[in-house]
Amino acid sequence: MIGDAGVLAALLGVVVLGFAAARVPWRLAVRQVGIALPFLLLIVLVQGLVEGWGSALVVGLRILTLLALAGLVTLTTRAEALIDVVERALTPLKPLGVRPERIGMVVLMTIRFVPVLREHADAVRDAQRARGVERSFVFLTPLLVKTLRTADGLAQALDARGVDPGRAARQR
Amino acid sequence: MRTRDLAYVAVFAAIMVVLGLFPPIAVGPIPITAQSMGVMLAGSIIGARRGALAMLVVALMAAIGLPVLSGGRGGIGVVLGPTGGYIAGWIVGAFVVGLITERVWTRYNIGWAILANVVGGILVVYAFGIAWYAILSGQSVVLAAAQNAVFLPGDAIKVLIASAVAVAVRRAYPVIEAAPQRA
Repeated sequence: MIGDAGVLAALLGVVVLGFAAARVPWRLAVRQVGIALPFLLLIVLVQGLVEGWGSALVVGLRILTLLALAGLVTLTTRAEALIDVVERALTPLKPLGVRPERIGMVVLMTIRFVPVLREHADAVRDAQRARGVERSFVFLTPLLVKTLRTADGLAQALDARGVDPGRAARQR
Repeated sequence: MRTRDLAYVAVFAAIMVVLGLFPPIAVGPIPITAQSMGVMLAGSIIGARRGALAMLVVALMAAIGLPVLSGGRGGIGVVLGPTGGYIAGWIVGAFVVGLITERVWTRYNIGWAILANVVGGILVVYAFGIAWYAILSGQSVVLAAAQNAVFLPGDAIKVLIASAVAVAVRRAYPVIEAAPQRA
């Protein structure tokens, strides 16, 4: 880890230049880091009080650079391209039984299941209300059972149609 | 892994996303979220491998910038940032919860459920979270652990809810038993 404030500041400068080169609107750029700002300030404060302000500066710069760089990559790269990178990065793990293209497929299924969960939650709540039950932790159990059943159905449908999740993802 | 296993993985990854929609309560630098309950549920209901995979999918989605973490956060910055250790802890935590659950599956009850969720969902997740936070902030482990203590009451409640639900779901729709050990 780099412990020199000057080097870190230079690195941060390079990242800022990257934002400029990508023509990211400054408001959007600031927001990338802004979300984490309260955390950052607290860390710097605690660090400064406990370890001294020199070390607080280094820690603050280090985290700020990391956040800015990550924000830049996320902003300038489409999610699909990132999924591709993830699939390629996971390729060396193939001998361990990891199937990168399947992970891409699972990500797509996950995105699809979010609204399904919402629908199921509404249905379970309606059913319980019809029986005079308001707000109960028992709510979670029928929701999970219902959703697991849906997952079974989805898997059967995919299998019946001969869709291999891996191959389907690759044909995109 | 069969198609069905992948579908289960997607379900619990989606549950993590939905739990992340509940607004986090910010106490100090690490938000209290409903998502740690998703870690426990995943391990308890779909077991070690699929549970860990569900958490991995969430971590990947967060890393590529999708807003899947509590409060609509996402991006490599969050995954590698001060709270990133907790996200790594979710993967290992769900695996440990699942491992314990699978070992005691035939005599699974609320007691075993609580044990599994405390060990995997609290101890393992905290260990990763605290270690990474300490490394990144340069603070001592003790100091980082002390800041972590605010989570204990909330997590205790989450353990109780997740355990009760896991026992009920096992009775209604047992997944771990029905699943093949290897695909």
